[in-house]
Amino acid sequence: MIQKEAEKIFETRELNVNMGPQHPATHGVLRLVLDIDGETIVKVTPYVGYLHRGIEKLGESLSYFQALPLTDRMDYVSAMSNNIGYVVAVEKLFGIEAPERAKFIRTIVGEMSRISNHLLWLATHALDIGAMTVFLYCFREREWLLDLFEMICGARLTVTYPRVGGVRNDVPQEFLESLWKFTDEFPSRILEYETLIDQNRIWLQRTVGIGVISAEEAVNMGMTGPTLRGSGVPYDIRKHKPYDAYDKVDFDVPIGTTGDTYDRYRCRMLELRQSNNIIRQLIEKLPPGPVMADEPKFTLQPKDKMMPITHPTKELAYFILEKACKGCGMCLRACPAKAITGEKKSPHKINQALCVNCATCLVTCKFKSVTVVPGGKGLSDEKLAELAVAPDQLPEDIKEAQQLLVKQFEFIKKGPKVPEGELYVATEVPKGELGFYFVSDGSGKPFRMRLRAPSFIHAGCLPRLCIGHLVADVIAAIGTIDIVLGECDR
Amino acid sequence: MAVTEVRISIHTTGLDPKDIAEKIKGQFPDQVIEVAEFRDQVSVIIKRDQVVAVLKYLHDDPVLSFDHLQDLTAVDYKGKKDIRFEVVYNLYSIRYRHHIRIRAQVPENDTKINSVVPVWVGADWHERECFDMFGIEFTGHPDLRRILMPEDWEGYPLRKDYPLKGPELDKDWPSFTDVLKRSKELREFDWEG
Repeated sequence: MIQKEAEKIFETRELNVNMGPQHPATHGVLRLVLDIDGETIVKVTPYVGYLHRGIEKLGESLSYFQALPLTDRMDYVSAMSNNIGYVVAVEKLFGIEAPERAKFIRTIVGEMSRISNHLLWLATHALDIGAMTVFLYCFREREWLLDLFEMICGARLTVTYPRVGGVRNDVPQEFLESLWKFTDEFPSRILEYETLIDQNRIWLQRTVGIGVISAEEAVNMGMTGPTLRGSGVPYDIRKHKPYDAYDKVDFDVPIGTTGDTYDRYRCRMLELRQSNNIIRQLIEKLPPGPVMADEPKFTLQPKDKMMPITHPTKELAYFILEKACKGCGMCLRACPAKAITGEKKSPHKINQALCVNCATCLVTCKFKSVTVVPGGKGLSDEKLAELAVAPDQLPEDIKEAQQLLVKQFEFIKKGPKVPEGELYVATEVPKGELGFYFVSDGSGKPFRMRLRAPSFIHAGCLPRLCIGHLVADVIAAIGTIDIVLGECDR
Repeated sequence: MAVTEVRISIHTTGLDPKDIAEKIKGQFPDQVIEVAEFRDQVSVIIKRDQVVAVLKYLHDDPVLSFDHLQDLTAVDYKGKKDIRFEVVYNLYSIRYRHHIRIRAQVPENDTKINSVVPVWVGADWHERECFDMFGIEFTGHPDLRRILMPEDWEGYPLRKDYPLKGPELDKDWPSFTDVLKRSKELREFDWEG
């Protein structure tokens, strides 16, 4: 009797819990609304888009060369793989092929990026579940790889190292030596991580049988990469449609059987060993030769021919000739360093202290009033006015370099002439299948640039993985699909 | 709970995409408008009326078996083609390793097409994004809402007539002023009590 009355007063209902967008375990700005009954998940509604920057729309307004740095900002954990995906797709659209050495280098750095991504994944996944030590161990090795990236391109995360038609520059010998040493040591380091968690009872309880998904369902949901292979589907684009140098190396693809969180963890751990193996094979086989395709219509010319980077007279100073300047303000608006000052219709001036020698003013000026003074860096304005000569009286080599620079400037801005058509090219990034779909209308800018981001699809699979489990397992489920919200939201 | 390493051959390739296009033509002769080829990739342009039937055939046919929907997106051909939109399906068969692209035409005055979620569950978020960016309505979709843009956003960003830059954020998106106001209020709120 009393119980019945109590039921009337206290009705049971599901509870809504808001998780994120600022939650340390959601790996970025992912918001989940959980409907829970007791501690069991009944419904999950993911909300994404907090990091939407409109990369697809931006890509349509930029030429094929200019859009390359945007791809770093998608999956910033494995930026190198994104660059390679973009570059491979654009090369296929242009109908050009990178030289052998560039392909090998791209494969090496792509696999390095895979290792560094999986290390970050393992570190955060373990940290979410409660293993702190693994986090520190993984970051130790990741640091080494990031230092290696810095050695070849000067950046650690947003690298933009591959280029359409090859790579930016050749790798130094020290890079290869240090990387070889890394591959020597790395297998023992993997063993270290595995000793910590592989048979750990807490780890097993948190991962075995959690988020089970069958092979058929995983394929139907559009899962790719290690997330799919954990369910036992041997789909790896490196094998199905080899790009770069993947057809020249020998490697296996790990697949799971049950498709739970533990299997996906094991798959990634074995992938680390395979990637290590691939890098070793490639370093051994690395052929000599150029790193940029000889296709002047489609690729950028090497920078060392142009001012002002490695010209023999490095100490150039840019100077505006008072007589020729009409005061139109074009250079003033274009200057990225804001070094140009001046009133309308009166001669402008370059502040030498702020000038970064980018030559933008030289390219934009229509009245040929901007000139260069070889060896003029650091001199006063009066001295420069004495030394300056009109642009057409400059020495031949500087003139030639100038012309090349102007050509390059326009080439990057307008883009090459691309055949009309459309294509979809997919590459295997650490998180899954990264697809680029281009529609070209014959101009230098893509008519439509579409990015198929693996994280986006995987985030959509979250409800399927979580329902029926406990709240704590949501954390494990977010970890196991390995998403980066920058890529998900684009 | 057992993970094995398998050796996958890199030399197997599936059916020639042109043969697949012929098969679709044979099965749905009145639906196929055009077959286009570029860099070994074949696209089949179809009418939108029976898009689900065509895709279901591709998915279920034992010889074709397109089990993996790689990508679903739309393209706005404003000023280039008579029929403004095209919904693009990139299909891949993991078992047989072949690829085909299906493009369904959607006119501007009636931006509706049937949803393929019954065939591929993974199409769910793709279609929501397509609706968000192009305003194409997928009839039969279980939960068609905006996904990347805010829910009260006006306009469809990836359409060609949508500007690249807006005037100012508070004019572009009215809720932005509300958010600013609310954050200002909360800042003044005395949390200590």
